[in-house]
Amino acid sequence: MTGIRRAQILGVALLLGLAWLVVYPILLVLLEGVHGPHGWTLDFVRVFLGRPTEWSALWGSFWISLASVVLAAALGMPLAFLFGRYDFPGVRLLGALVALPAVLPPLVGVLAFLFLYGETGFVSLLVQHLLGLGEPLWRLEGAGAVLLVHAYSMYVYFYLFVRAALASLDASLLEAAASLGARRWRTFRRVVLPQLYPALGGAALLTFMTSLGSFSAPYIFGGGFRVMTTQIVATRLNGDNELAMVETIALTLLALAGLAVFRGTHAPDSPASGRKGVAPARVVVRRRALRLGLAAVAWGLAGVLLLPHLALLLVSFVPVGTWTVEPVPPVYTLGNYAALLRDPVRARPLANSLWMAVAATAAAVALAVAAGILSVRRRVPGGRAIEALLAFPWAVPGTVFAIAIAAAFSVREPWAGRFILVGTVWILPLAYLVRNLPITSRAILAGFRALDPALDEAAASLGAGRWRTLRRVTLPLLRPALLAGASLAFVTAFGDFVTSIMLYTYDTRPVSMEILSSLRQADVGVAAAYGVVLMLVSSIVFAVGAHRGSPG
Amino acid sequence: MTGFLRLEGLVKRFAGVAAVDDLSLSLHRGEMLALLGPSGSGKTTTLRLLAGFDAPDAGRVVVDGEDVTRIEPVARRFGMVFQHYALFPHLDAGENVAFGLESMGVGGDELKRRVARALELVDLAGFEGRRVGQLSGGQQQRVALARALAPEPRVLLLDEPLSNLDPTLRERTRREIRELIRRVGITTVLVTHEQDEAFDLGDRVAVLRGGKLEQVGTPDELYGAPANLFVGGFVGRSSTLEARVLEANGKGVRIEVEGVEWVVDSIPGRVPSPGPAVMLVRPESVRLSAPGPGAVSAVVSARRFVGPHALFTLRTDGGQAFETVAPVEAAHIGETVGVLPSRRAGGGIHLFQGERR
Repeated sequence: MTGIRRAQILGVALLLGLAWLVVYPILLVLLEGVHGPHGWTLDFVRVFLGRPTEWSALWGSFWISLASVVLAAALGMPLAFLFGRYDFPGVRLLGALVALPAVLPPLVGVLAFLFLYGETGFVSLLVQHLLGLGEPLWRLEGAGAVLLVHAYSMYVYFYLFVRAALASLDASLLEAAASLGARRWRTFRRVVLPQLYPALGGAALLTFMTSLGSFSAPYIFGGGFRVMTTQIVATRLNGDNELAMVETIALTLLALAGLAVFRGTHAPDSPASGRKGVAPARVVVRRRALRLGLAAVAWGLAGVLLLPHLALLLVSFVPVGTWTVEPVPPVYTLGNYAALLRDPVRARPLANSLWMAVAATAAAVALAVAAGILSVRRRVPGGRAIEALLAFPWAVPGTVFAIAIAAAFSVREPWAGRFILVGTVWILPLAYLVRNLPITSRAILAGFRALDPALDEAAASLGAGRWRTLRRVTLPLLRPALLAGASLAFVTAFGDFVTSIMLYTYDTRPVSMEILSSLRQADVGVAAAYGVVLMLVSSIVFAVGAHRGSPG
Repeated sequence: MTGFLRLEGLVKRFAGVAAVDDLSLSLHRGEMLALLGPSGSGKTTTLRLLAGFDAPDAGRVVVDGEDVTRIEPVARRFGMVFQHYALFPHLDAGENVAFGLESMGVGGDELKRRVARALELVDLAGFEGRRVGQLSGGQQQRVALARALAPEPRVLLLDEPLSNLDPTLRERTRREIRELIRRVGITTVLVTHEQDEAFDLGDRVAVLRGGKLEQVGTPDELYGAPANLFVGGFVGRSSTLEARVLEANGKGVRIEVEGVEWVVDSIPGRVPSPGPAVMLVRPESVRLSAPGPGAVSAVVSARRFVGPHALFTLRTDGGQAFETVAPVEAAHIGETVGVLPSRRAGGGIHLFQGERR
């Protein structure tokens, strides 16, 4: 049958294309790390292994990621229980607000922390004034600062995953435990907690991998504290390319090891899977004092967690050079926002980020849909390999991919599949695309799996060809998955910093790079205004993705 | 071989195992055939081969003289009602029904008219704007039927059409489907594992086992003259007993069961030879009497009420169990009774040789 043959050919083409995009650059990095001007060599590996600074960076990456997992869990889990299981005034609103750090691109989060707890931040200045000190009580620098930012931006994973798991808990399980005489603590330990393991494992894996690849926080706050991501960029900027390649390999190996360790605790696609029975009702606190106390704690916590957003918003109204040592800025203006819109130099990065994120998102969605049709629907041979390739970039930190893409596409060797893209407008969209593939395809492939294959057969038996079926049946039904995948991809690409810093040119500079340069010129107001725009656009896209994307 | 729809020697293997094994069937125009069998018997695979969703490894499907074996489902013009209906959830009832007509290029007023007519046919006139989610299970099923029938397909395929309905709704829906399909006059193949459904809906019933056709015929034929022990046991209630054929002639068969001699009918054209046999007994084909000569002696081990009668489970002295129907007060549990063939000279008692129970 020609249809099957054509699907097989398309499947092979997709497989090869993805391999070229996703695996080939990494392979080139591997080769360059063990290949010198005079052929194969282990010199660079030897240099790497002989330097204590490399070891300390590797160790730093490892322990800070583990510590981030612990801290994020310690913050996110209680919040999930507080907002997911209890009932008090404002629980729904606060529960939604607490998830807000999810829409904060990493660099913007770092920026907000800087304005809040940095040497000249609101909180630091306030404490300094209150205590009448000559200099700030603390410096936001080193491992502690990085860890703080990580815990703040990644508790959301635990919060969202555990809340979803709590919501899908079957109330009759709790009733069964109660009828068997188990008290609250025993029910929690023996019944609830085991049900949460998949969610906890998933959140831990996500947190570990995210902190391992985290670049913004250590780059801005790290000071003398070394992690692998910043080390790679520094080595690369020193022109020590081969060593950077070896460092890249080391970080990749660490990431794969982490993936292997955490994978075991994490059932596939589990966070909100298979809702059965009725979710347990929220615990209504009857004692008035306790109820008020709970509400106060919740409002207080939410306030602290929202402070960075508010700080960012406040600073965005500060004109350049007017705020130095006062606890609160003395002058406010809308001028920073006006500059973003009117000044062509300032508006350019916004337009850049917008079109590059849109292009990368559209391409990622198209590839994911093609993969869904070929792998899930047509079940072409190699479908599993296609899906594995789509997921692969997730296991590799962004810095690594940036290096790999920079290395692969700075040479013109068409017969080897290498073209000069570095320095062109195409390199950043391409890098964003690669980084987006895992999240986009995860959402869209799950959408394909949830579709009843009988719907396709029904369309066929009613005389609809493949195109008509795709257009009238498959895509409309996939809308929730498409929007979810697209909004995640867009937000990631729109706020990207890690890959941009390695690959941007002046003409394609994205918002994140402009934030960095505004910060360097001490133009905090403009940097904050960019941050607010990133935050707002991300929130709106997320909200649309979640709302329009909900089925029915 | 004639017939409007013909299945000729269909074979379909999955991973080397034959799901459909050399299956041939023929339907005349407007006939309704039920494929009946336990799960794994290949009935659903057969339906998918007919629809074109799977391609057979051997054999042909012929409609109205045209070989459609290699024709894609899109072009086959077979309507299908899926087990879970597969209604498009993002389209309303009218749009669902219109879907197939639009594929044929029907549009405008003509489309509206034909959608309305199809919905009217299934007694859902004016339901065009309803969302699929707002319809009850029975209504969804009728929309699915209207959708399949609207493009006027050559053949209608029904996959377990009643399995998703409440038991209380099934009988009524079954009657409605039967009347509708008779009225439309479309050649129909339906798949079911429920004997009642097959007997009620099918003009003829094909019993499948392990991908092979065991017997095809009218419900009467299957019940009254099962081709083998499997069909006899699968169709209707029955018990099996070990027996021995003593003598067979034109008038009847003399057999020995539990040391007693009975004379029973033989299925025309199938005269058993002397020797061991398995006896298939319908509950209504034996009756209770007082213990005595000529009657098999048995103890009543259970009694279950079925309407005005009761179903008695009996255990013979030889340890064999079987069932019979009788008035409720005919015997009580623990009582020893005699069993005789009922008056119709052993009709409903079938003998099978060379087959194990």
